[in-house]
Amino acid sequence: MTALVSPARNRGLVEQITGHLPNGALATQSTCDGVCTIWITASDLRPTLAALKASSAACLMLLDLTAIDERERAHRAGQPQAAFTVVYHVISLASRADEVRIKVPLGADAPAVPSICDLWPNANWYEREVWDLFGIHFHGHPCLRRILTPPTWTGHPLRRDHHARATEMPPYSLTEEHEAREQDALRFDPSAWGMRRHGDHSDFMFLNLGPNHPSVHGVFRIMLQLEGERIVDAVPDIGFHHRGAEKMGERQTWHSYIPYTDRVDYLGGVMNNFPYVMAVETLAGITVPPRAQMIRVMLAELFRIASHLVFYGTMAQDVGQLSPVFYMFTDRERVFGIIEAICGFRMHPAWFRIGGVAIDLPEGWDGLIRAFLHDLPRRLDEYDAMVMRNPIFRARTKGIGAYTTAEAVEWGVTGPGLRATGREWDYRRHAPYACYDQLEFDIPTGTRGDCHDRIAVHVEEMRQSLRIIRQCVDNMPTGPVKADHPLTTPPPRARTMHDIETLIHHFLSVSWGPVIPPGEARASIEATKGVNTYTLISDGGTTSYRTRIRTPSFAHLQMIPLLSRGIMIADLIAILGSIDFVMADVDR
Amino acid sequence: MTYPAILTIILTPVVLLGLATVLTWVERRLLGLWQDRHGPDRVGPGGMLQAVADGTKILFKQDWVPPFADRGVFVAAPAIGMMTVLLSFAAIPVTTRAGIAGDMNVGLLFILGMMGLGVYSVVLAGWSSNSKYALLGGMRAAAQMISYEVFMGLSLLGVVMMAGSFSLRDIVAAQAGLWFIVPQCLGFGVFMLAGIAETHRLPFDLPEGENELGAGFHTEYSGMKFGMFFISEYAGIVLVSCLVTTLYLGGWRGPWLPAGVWFALKTCCVVVFFILLRAGLPRPRYDQLMALGWKVLLPLSLFNVMATGTILMLRASL
Repeated sequence: MTALVSPARNRGLVEQITGHLPNGALATQSTCDGVCTIWITASDLRPTLAALKASSAACLMLLDLTAIDERERAHRAGQPQAAFTVVYHVISLASRADEVRIKVPLGADAPAVPSICDLWPNANWYEREVWDLFGIHFHGHPCLRRILTPPTWTGHPLRRDHHARATEMPPYSLTEEHEAREQDALRFDPSAWGMRRHGDHSDFMFLNLGPNHPSVHGVFRIMLQLEGERIVDAVPDIGFHHRGAEKMGERQTWHSYIPYTDRVDYLGGVMNNFPYVMAVETLAGITVPPRAQMIRVMLAELFRIASHLVFYGTMAQDVGQLSPVFYMFTDRERVFGIIEAICGFRMHPAWFRIGGVAIDLPEGWDGLIRAFLHDLPRRLDEYDAMVMRNPIFRARTKGIGAYTTAEAVEWGVTGPGLRATGREWDYRRHAPYACYDQLEFDIPTGTRGDCHDRIAVHVEEMRQSLRIIRQCVDNMPTGPVKADHPLTTPPPRARTMHDIETLIHHFLSVSWGPVIPPGEARASIEATKGVNTYTLISDGGTTSYRTRIRTPSFAHLQMIPLLSRGIMIADLIAILGSIDFVMADVDR
Repeated sequence: MTYPAILTIILTPVVLLGLATVLTWVERRLLGLWQDRHGPDRVGPGGMLQAVADGTKILFKQDWVPPFADRGVFVAAPAIGMMTVLLSFAAIPVTTRAGIAGDMNVGLLFILGMMGLGVYSVVLAGWSSNSKYALLGGMRAAAQMISYEVFMGLSLLGVVMMAGSFSLRDIVAAQAGLWFIVPQCLGFGVFMLAGIAETHRLPFDLPEGENELGAGFHTEYSGMKFGMFFISEYAGIVLVSCLVTTLYLGGWRGPWLPAGVWFALKTCCVVVFFILLRAGLPRPRYDQLMALGWKVLLPLSLFNVMATGTILMLRASL
């Protein structure tokens, strides 16, 4: 990752925005990642975004919408006065790496901005999240209520003055009245969501699908309005898996946060470390050596295969096919064998380090991988015959849960879900990171954007990942696996025992962790399920001031009501399977 | 009634229940084999006592009825299921002599009637549970089983025409020259599909559909009442396999080996085929299943009846 990319490359969107502003921007902030950051007032927000969207609607995605509690931040030179900041991250899919961050400064008392739900439908959940976690109000939001924390929660967890751990609170106890109150709060009230209890000819049945249900892949609840077995409307309810991963980032050192990232998309393993360490490296100005880059890419692709195998097997399971999941878990076991040989861990290796990877590859690593590269393609062909070409499976997935590219962009869908609609968009190609620009691979796409296409794209991606891994094995460069930089972790110790100055620095860097210079940076990758972005703000300390994790699954789940209207329950299950989400990735 | 007849009547359910229990183990071991895993192999030799362990566990579980359920119907539902399946076996002729009422002149009708009654078990279970998942399961069961009952009856008419009797023993006797699977291949196919639907096994296990409905009609059941559903499902598989053997595979007929052994062998093959289907196929959607039934299987079975009748008439007139 090269630090400090010139902001010049972002002219497209930036020029459009400044053109739409009658009074000009409040300020333009330069960030470490080179994404142009424009400050505008809350009153300019809606006209600016509306004009921006109108001029290039088809390919403009609201990638992320979040907030920052600025009240304790020391290094804010050149930024407008603000107690809270709302951040809109807009990305253009049309041209290479055209993205822009729009920031709106807000005061400390009753912070509020106008809602943009009508401009981008996927802003709905993001605004609810910001309201829930920061207490920032969105005027005109159709249903501004808590999304990640329970409805009975008091306070807004991501504010700096909200406690971060249980030891800061009195001991927890659950009385019977309290329990009854909590349960009562979870009772679904259709009228609160604008749903009618009775149709023209019949009463609707409201069914709680989840939070414990075999096919919701984790703790996820969907309230269904049913007429017979046909779904009239659906309301997804998330947050059961919320562990405050972003809040933890504000307490953990830059280094000790790495294992937490593994658990965000728990099927993705080191794939989660990737954007995090890349963002830290951008902040610290560390250039990662080529061998480390290629090892990272290789491991990430192995995890992509492992994750896709789980997807493939559980997808077949969801439509009632019992056997494939066992074969695919056997293959995944082989992937884990390789990963364990390299990292020492299986699912959550936490193996990337700031500046490189933990250790060099073990002896004989290439033999293991080559054997796997040789075996998997044949197994995939068998699975094609068993699953993809099975007539019942095709009948269950073709034409089910289809959406267009335009809808996908509107709802912030990335990854296989976007590619299945026919849009050849992959972050590895769109803005190549690590050494993806040196690797050859195709971007598989679908045509109809239905369940079947999403599965087909996943399957083909496994083959492409194998291709990438083969190139990595064949062309693995020699050299160090970690950058020679004082801020890498663990810090370099070659000269530690030779002079006292190095010893002191080493001691501090190990015990406190590195002190990352102040700044803001985001790093995005094409994760197993779509674009995963880590946005880090350093205030010149040993921990991050704000850690923002933009996960693909969060955006994808938001589409469920759109896809499920008028279909049968069994189709919804197939759609859920084909979306490929992990609840930990949704709730963080 | 003679002494041996009473003994048979007492023994048959005992043997059947034992068989159904063992079948749960056989199925799990076979699925294990086909799915590259072990399956239950710890209790007893090869895990054979697993069924005993499961049975013991389920017997000792608390006999619980949910407070919101319709108690009487809730308790009766699994009993109905069990009873109808066991009664059906009365009409199955195992050999030329063995069997309780193999000579019953309406044997086939009796079995169809019992299977029809069996639907009540599932529907009532779904209804009396007073739970939404169970209700959806019961609703699917009602639609699926009643539809497939129709084709099942129609598909068997070909066999009845060729044998000229509803007695199962006569039907086997009529297969002396050629098993009915050859002339009645169409009827056989329809009957197999309908049989799977009747026993609500994967790929037609929509009333349960654990990926969609949790456990479908028996979501609220636990302990031995659940056990009875479970066992009657497996007894149902044995029953349909026995029927396939009797109606299409020549029953006890076969060279060298004793009649009973032939019957058991053929039945086992059909049972294993049932399990293989479960290992291999995904589940169609509810409306797809109904469409298959009414748009494909019904015309096919009607055609089969017509064709069989025409050929028999032509042959008689020659």
